[in-house]
This record gives sequence, structure tokens and C-alpha cells, in this order.
Amino acid sequence: MHPLVREVSIQQLRTDFPKFRPGDTIKVHVKVREGSRERIQVFEGVVIKRRGTLVSETFTVRKISYGVGVERTFPKNTPKIDKIELLRRGKVRRAKLYYLRSLRGKAARIKEIR
Amino acid sequence: MKGILGRKLGMTQVFLESGNVVPVTVIEAGPCVVLQVKTPSVDGYSSVQLGFADQKRPTKPEAGHAAKANTVAKRYVREIRGSLDRDYQVGEEIVASVFEDGEYVDVVGVSKGKGTAGPVKRHNQSRGPMAHGSKYHRGVGSLGSIDANRVFKGQTMAGRMGHERVTVQNLQVVKVDVEKNLILVKGAVPGPKNSFVTLRAAIKKESK
Repeated sequence: MHPLVREVSIQQLRTDFPKFRPGDTIKVHVKVREGSRERIQVFEGVVIKRRGTLVSETFTVRKISYGVGVERTFPKNTPKIDKIELLRRGKVRRAKLYYLRSLRGKAARIKEIR
Repeated sequence: MKGILGRKLGMTQVFLESGNVVPVTVIEAGPCVVLQVKTPSVDGYSSVQLGFADQKRPTKPEAGHAAKANTVAKRYVREIRGSLDRDYQVGEEIVASVFEDGEYVDVVGVSKGKGTAGPVKRHNQSRGPMAHGSKYHRGVGSLGSIDANRVFKGQTMAGRMGHERVTVQNLQVVKVDVEKNLILVKGAVPGPKNSFVTLRAAIKKESK
């Protein structure tokens, strides 16, 4: 990548988030626009993947909502995210936790790092 | 007609305030030098000749032409043709600030060379079945009527593809960085990275 292209990319990076990795449980505060007013919506769940570099990085959060698995992918650097809270750090041995999709209940728990 | 010469640096993406992501091409635009101003009375048409990037070993004619503008010979010299939007002085420097955010530009470049390519890739022909006894895979197919006793001009066949002048019209300028001489244009631009490109005000959009 050309250094100047990289610079354009780096300028837009958001550095105000805590460090988090797959397996961690986080709360994502998303700005939602309804008509003319804006409110904050919270999406809480386990990070199952992070991909991409620099501005184009995205991460996916999975949660179980009313018994249905819901996954939401966010661009990491979007201004639409108000803040991210790190709730729990999980001990996992891979970068992509797709195996959680086929597990439910107790089996889908992730050991916490203390 | 205003324009500027530059170099394609590569692509990335930009977030707008609304949260939308825009794919952009980063173009190092200028600084260019006005090498010559052409007028209808002298040259039969009006245009501004711009030069970009210094040449290492110019020929004497090139050096002499550039000397009139008090500069060194340039590697990339192109004319921006059309009625002049203002008075240009020979030797004047043109920087990225000629364009503003939100304006529309046409970008001219030389597309990536693909070498010898078959008709499927080169002319978007359909291929035949690859199996089930088919003997017609990716070939040219019929060249026309047997009665004509010749092949008509323009018959699509395999051959050199790419490395030709391509203009992409109506690309929006997303951001201009005058200090770093950068113009961020929405979407893709012809040519490989580090190739020269010409930016001019979009001819099919009203200039503001």
C-alpha cells in the first residue's frame, strides 16, 4: 500500500475503543437514526470474528435473542458506533468462533480470563 | 474547462458523517505546471497544456519547451481542452485546490494491460459447455456467413486486451487535501497503481 493511501486510511481509525478480541463479550452502543432524532441502541454479545485491516476492519458480535441466534457485523471505524464496552474477556483458541453457531445453552459458554 | 494531472496511488475507503462508507481512489494530483496556453487565433483551438512529474533525461526539444515555462521537462504532458475558465499564465502552478469536495470529474487513464485474451474475456462472449461431449469451450465460434466469402470488419476475436486510453465519467470528488496534493475520488479509476491520470471537470455535469 502506498504510504499516502495508508495515511488516508489511518486518519480515520477510531482509537477510542478498548482492545477486544474474538471470545470477548462486549456491549456496542450504536447510534440509530429514527426520522430526525437519534438514539443509542445497545447490542451485547460475544465477538466471534474480526477481519480486515485499517479502515476496512469489521467485527461480528453474536448474541441469543429470544432463543434465536443473532449476529451483527460492524465496521470497526464507523462513526455510527458511540462507544464499546468490554464486559468479559474470553479464553478461546481460535480467531473465528464459527463453532458457537452449532452450540447452544451451556455448551456455548466461553471460559473467562481473569 | 479545468483539470489537473496526477498519479493514481491506490484505493481505500472513507466514512461519511452519515456513517456510509464510500470507496475512494487516492490520486496524487499535481502540482502541475502550465507549459503552454493554446488559443483559437494561434492554434485553432483553445486548451491548456499541463506537465506533471519531472523527467530524468529529457530530449533537447522537451527541455526547450519546458524552459519557456521556466521549469524542467515533464514526464506526463497533457492538454485540458475546451474554452478556458480563466486566464492561464505559462509557468503557472496548478495544485489540487482546483477541485472542491462534491464536484464531479472525468478521469482519463491507461487501463491495465491484459495481454492476449480470448473472446470470452475480451468481448464478453458466452462460453460453450465444458463437458458432456462438447467440443466448443471458449473459442471464437462462427465468424459469420459462408456466403460472404470473407470475414467482416469488427468481428470479435482473441487479441490484445487492455492498455488503452479509458475515460471514466462523473466521478465525485470526495475530499481534496491541498497540503498533501491529494484528491480522493469516489470509485475506481483506470490503470494500475502509480500510473498517470488526467482529471478534468465532468463534461456531462453542469459545473457549479
